[in-house]
Amino acid sequence: MAQVIVVTSGKGGVGKTTTSAAFATGLAQRGKKTVVIDFDVGLRNLDLIMGVERRVVFDIVNVIQGEARLSQALIRDKRVDTLSILPASQTRDKDALTREGVGQIIEELSADHDYILCDSPAGIEKGALLALYFADQAVIVTNPEVSSVRDSDRILGVLQSKSKRAEEKRDKVKEHLLVTRYDPERVTRGEMLKLEDVQEILAIPLLGVVPESESVLRASNTGTPVILDQESNAGQAYKDAVSRFLGESVPHRFLEPERKAGLFRRLFGGRAA
Amino acid sequence: MMSWLDFFRARKPEAPPSANQAKERLQIVLAHERIGRTREDFLPRLQQELVAVVARYVAIDPGKVAVNLDRGGDMSTLAIEIELPGPKTEQPPRAAAGQQQQATAG
Repeated sequence: MAQVIVVTSGKGGVGKTTTSAAFATGLAQRGKKTVVIDFDVGLRNLDLIMGVERRVVFDIVNVIQGEARLSQALIRDKRVDTLSILPASQTRDKDALTREGVGQIIEELSADHDYILCDSPAGIEKGALLALYFADQAVIVTNPEVSSVRDSDRILGVLQSKSKRAEEKRDKVKEHLLVTRYDPERVTRGEMLKLEDVQEILAIPLLGVVPESESVLRASNTGTPVILDQESNAGQAYKDAVSRFLGESVPHRFLEPERKAGLFRRLFGGRAA
Repeated sequence: MMSWLDFFRARKPEAPPSANQAKERLQIVLAHERIGRTREDFLPRLQQELVAVVARYVAIDPGKVAVNLDRGGDMSTLAIEIELPGPKTEQPPRAAAGQQQQATAG
């Protein structure tokens, strides 16, 4: 039986798809048989971020409507052989997704995968609700910014009330906080919410902190999940997060401003904040 | 009091750090939203029931009921204003106000 993980946030543009691509790739690199599903019907983008946009033939809606078999729609990643991608439809609308259809796909994938990642669309409409419905675990992607934190809190409420686990009154969906676009320099200047503040407000276990990084745009430009860029701090941060997800104890990095410590601080070893 | 001036002030380099404000505002708004999540929005029903009780004693116009809620950090104020008709039913009602307040911890 596979574990179903939803990557969600409520708010758009915080890094859900970047995270889904990186996380799925990271799990697969660790030898886990992983599939990542794009739930953003009508606005698919996971294919681009994963660099498989030219290989899309069938999509999740084709499978649900019986126009293609699941195995035909799955795209095998060429970099990591334990990874595959199920793209969303670009032409249909969200109503083409049904709970029964998605349930069948997840059940079928569950038989021969370790992890099924569901890349949620923004909002709390049908696509987002279906992406989280079958989840065993949730990665809540949050930027250190008021609207993102509020929407994350909202989506946590939805997970606790509208997921299958909640409906069946089973153990609740296991929640993980992933703070992205974190800028330690601005935090030090008091311009950005501190990690501790976000943690205190949302009160769920911290999985990782991904620093604001130029490498994320470069990764999306080239269709390479940022976790494959192990030179970059964002890529390393995702790798750490995957390790923590798999139960390893890894210290958090990139929480303090880089190097540029002044002479005074270097001499006296003072710590920022 | 937020004004349009703050918009310009925030852009100047000497603007005071705003992260603390973000935290405080979030804590207040989420405290309220989390309560609303477990309980359905009770205001419409509260209004209906209050109007029904008052209507048992005084003939009132259900349309002339105003419900206002001000959400604060330590205390919220719920003000319900019901316009009562004047003593003579033939005449147009004279404005009178009934007020009720309720505080909830934030």
